[in-house]
Amino acid sequence: MAITAAPVQTMPAEWRDFFALTKPRVMSLVVFTGLAGLLAAPGHIHPVLGFTAILCIALGAGGAATLNQWWEADLDAGMKRTAKRPIPQGRMRREDARDFGLLLSCTSVGVMGLAIHWLAAIILAVSIVYYAVVYTMWLKPRTPQNIVIGGGAGAFPPLIGWVAVTGDITAMPLLLFAIIFIWTPPHFWALALFVQTDYAKVGIPMMPVVAGEKSTRRQIFAYSIGLLLISLTPWAIGGTGAIYGIAALALSGLFLALSVPVGFRTSVPGDTMKPEKRLFAYSVLYLFALFTALVADRMILS
Amino acid sequence: MTPQEQEEFTRRRKARNLVFALVLFGFVALFYAITIVRMGD
Repeated sequence: MAITAAPVQTMPAEWRDFFALTKPRVMSLVVFTGLAGLLAAPGHIHPVLGFTAILCIALGAGGAATLNQWWEADLDAGMKRTAKRPIPQGRMRREDARDFGLLLSCTSVGVMGLAIHWLAAIILAVSIVYYAVVYTMWLKPRTPQNIVIGGGAGAFPPLIGWVAVTGDITAMPLLLFAIIFIWTPPHFWALALFVQTDYAKVGIPMMPVVAGEKSTRRQIFAYSIGLLLISLTPWAIGGTGAIYGIAALALSGLFLALSVPVGFRTSVPGDTMKPEKRLFAYSVLYLFALFTALVADRMILS
Repeated sequence: MTPQEQEEFTRRRKARNLVFALVLFGFVALFYAITIVRMGD
């Protein structure tokens, strides 16, 4: 065993494996919502500083994702979706992932503080600790509300992007935070409904496993109503114009409509789970479209 | 380490060093740009 394992340990990891640790696909959504917050905020930021702020948000998200995979390597090994990640496959040493994650996290916060301002840096630091420690280490393995809590981590980027421009926290960036916070549970539970066996296997208390499928479906529907209301609030308080308002009404209306079959049906053995897969796919498109509308609203109407 | 492994070892180290160099120079350029912009504030 030791004879065959030794060369693997001395072999340096591929740089692509370090890149993979940062969850590039999640990062694309983070960069997009962060950029949307930055562009929708009132005021002006120099393009170089705007780029730096988005880079820091992306580096911070990458650092948090890396620390998440360092901590969860054993769980990842037991799930089909995550078993091919660099650490469970033995393509790098576990401590290297930890150090890489810490380096990314500290760099992102430090650069944000020096180049932009320390309020944005502090919120970025809070978001990293929230995801890597509060969510990953503490609450994810302990409560079926883990996704609701995890949604808070994903909700930070537009808030940070906005605050990078304005330098203070107002109702609008908090509403952008709230939109992603409310969007995450229906988005993720739709996915969890068709991959639930995997999570049960490694002992993560996902809602469909703990509270049952029926309860999860009702909650998806309830959150979709909440999403409709919260996504219209920026318009209602006068924070945006009609372009955003009408887009939010149409997009969230369709979200709610797609959540109805998910919310009130019962799956049968060998179910293709088509409504769930459709809602999950639409939920990603929804977030892109809603934040695009927010930016378009600002660019065109002001 | 067999010759094939040695070759793979060298290739990976080289690729990593190259990426590291690019990232470092990227940061040098970025910090230069940030400094110029912030001096104008």
